[in-house]
Amino acid sequence: MSLNFDLIMPFIFILVKIAIVIGVTMLHVMYCTYFERKVIGHMQVRLGPMRVGPHGLLQPLADGLKLFFKEDIIPTESDKAVFKLAPIIFTFAAMSSLAVIPFYNGFVVANINIGLLYILAMSSLGAYGVVMAGWSSNSKFSFLGGLRSSAQVISYEVAMGMSLIGVMLLAGSLNLSEIVKAQQQHWYGMYLIPQCVGYFVFLTAAFAETNRTPFDLPEAESELVAGYFVEYSGFRFALYFVSEYIGMIVMSSMAVVCFWGGWTLPPFITNAIPALLLIPGLIIFLAKVYFHIFLFYWVRATVPRYRYDQLMALGWKVLLPLALINIVVTSIVKFLVA
Amino acid sequence: MPITNDMKTKNLTISMGPQHPATHGVLKVVLELDGESIVKCTPYVGYLHRGVEKLAESMTYLSALPLTDRLDYIASVCNNVGYCVAVERLFGIEVPERAKFIRTMTCEMARISSHILGVATHALDIGAMTVFLYSFRDRETLLDLFEMLCGARLTVSYPRIGGVRNDVTQEFLDKLYAFTDTFPATIEREYETLLNENRIWKQRTIGVGVITAEEAINWGMTGPNLRGSGVFYDIRKFAPYDAYDKVEFDVPLGKNGDVYDRYLCRMEEMKQSNRIIRQCIEQLPKGAIMAPDAPKFTLPPKDRVLADMESLIHQFVLITKGPIAAPEGELYASTEVPKGELGFYIISDGSGKPYRMRLRSPSFVHVSALPVLCRDAMVADFIANVGTIDIVLGECDR
Repeated sequence: MSLNFDLIMPFIFILVKIAIVIGVTMLHVMYCTYFERKVIGHMQVRLGPMRVGPHGLLQPLADGLKLFFKEDIIPTESDKAVFKLAPIIFTFAAMSSLAVIPFYNGFVVANINIGLLYILAMSSLGAYGVVMAGWSSNSKFSFLGGLRSSAQVISYEVAMGMSLIGVMLLAGSLNLSEIVKAQQQHWYGMYLIPQCVGYFVFLTAAFAETNRTPFDLPEAESELVAGYFVEYSGFRFALYFVSEYIGMIVMSSMAVVCFWGGWTLPPFITNAIPALLLIPGLIIFLAKVYFHIFLFYWVRATVPRYRYDQLMALGWKVLLPLALINIVVTSIVKFLVA
Repeated sequence: MPITNDMKTKNLTISMGPQHPATHGVLKVVLELDGESIVKCTPYVGYLHRGVEKLAESMTYLSALPLTDRLDYIASVCNNVGYCVAVERLFGIEVPERAKFIRTMTCEMARISSHILGVATHALDIGAMTVFLYSFRDRETLLDLFEMLCGARLTVSYPRIGGVRNDVTQEFLDKLYAFTDTFPATIEREYETLLNENRIWKQRTIGVGVITAEEAINWGMTGPNLRGSGVFYDIRKFAPYDAYDKVEFDVPLGKNGDVYDRYLCRMEEMKQSNRIIRQCIEQLPKGAIMAPDAPKFTLPPKDRVLADMESLIHQFVLITKGPIAAPEGELYASTEVPKGELGFYIISDGSGKPYRMRLRSPSFVHVSALPVLCRDAMVADFIANVGTIDIVLGECDR
């Protein structure tokens, strides 16, 4: 018995970890929708949700319940198997990215050596969910949305991957926990400072990867009504919706881990005020993630939407060369210093 | 499998509207797309046709007035004034000075309200969501003022043939004046900072939907859409009606005739309208608000109707038969509404009802120019173009 117990324990431990991560993330997603509406509401001289609960705090619950009990409509002429599979792939890709993110020192579901690559791979996989949804709906609007999204995700994937190479070079690892620890070795404590160009490229690409304004063309409501998920309703729609928010959280976490020093504070700050070391790592991590999520909302309330060709031009002609220059400069500096 | 030569590509035809978030009402546009580029763009109108012209034929001149509210319902006063000006010119009615100034003032209020909504929905289509909500706050102030003026917010039917329905109160004038104090600064601080120098906004609008001055004239475009191409044509300057010859204002002109220039024209026109309103309030003369020589067209006051036999008969006849002594004749009169030139062609056969009322609505003309604007455009440019021509389908379909 004791032998079996030793074998089972790690599995239970991992399952509990997964349950915690997914549970906490889903709660975050719920209140991300709430805060998006509140933040943008206040930026736009209105109040946002106010009716359900005090200051509309129960609004996400009401939304979730509504979506859960809505009729599930599948278009007659759609490719039903693909239509049903697409949101599952999309959600799967988004959620599995959470596995490798170190939330604080030692807390990560799967501490694998290729964490960074894994997240990039998963976000590419998500594009399949989009393309399949656009194709299987058998609607011209979702088709156009899917087309736009696949082109966009592929183009920005390149820039995003390139922007992270600078971080890989400096950290010498693809393990996200190692990247955080490597940043601690320097006085500045975050790669944001030597890698500001990379950070800029990464952030811009992250906006495009998550289909957020100003790159929300795949779901531009004034052009394509809702884009690739226009035919989805009820819980299948909710899956897309939830996954997009998870995508935002994942991208924000990536930015925090790779450029903002993860759960740590820069040494030059903690040396000045040692009391800050008492703050739990999780809180520091979450505060940085919240800042990035706020950035997503802030940008959405400020800028218009790009046109398709302008989006492509920005991706290939501006971001990619910037990322390449960043790689070259980082390599040279690293070579000279070392 | 090798690619054989009989593989063909086909254009994708999508139908935008009549129910679509970007078509501003019930416009239907069939787009033929090659990828994201528009090959052909065909607008279909008529989904909001209510037969305004025909309806007017069976109504007296007075009772046809509310029909004009429902044309460009964003700026209903301007349509009312356009109709009243046409009927007044046809029957030679002279409007008192005070009524002229009040009409000019309310027309410009409507112009601001229309332009602000036009720019806002235009910006929303392009993705700038905040401008839209800011504009609704400012438009609310104007609608409240309209409510204060005559009880209605949108379809006001405030002007009358020969004047206006009721006089303005000092409270209204004070509030409006206070609004004009802050409004230009609001535009500059909150709208122009978000859009004018915004890189994405400029990329989306500069060089998009270009129409040259000559083409714009040939297509019959008017209003800010024509002026955006640099043509100096404004009926308020060329054939002044009401009090427009007594106030000072500039007509903003564009250069390139693209979406950005038309947007700038509208923003500047709002400031000029603001100027006109201020001058109207400052110069507002005292006196009657109804032409004394138009009893044939205007209802007697309600208290007189209830107490006085003559007035009761007068009202009854006016409502049921229309003005008995309406002279025969025909006339075309046009006014500058926010969307462009709104023309009324009215034929009177002396029966007290218009024999024919024909409308020249700017939105209809502008919709027809949509395919020209969408030359070599992409789907996103089409959206920008629909926004920039600032159409109201109520007026287009009549």
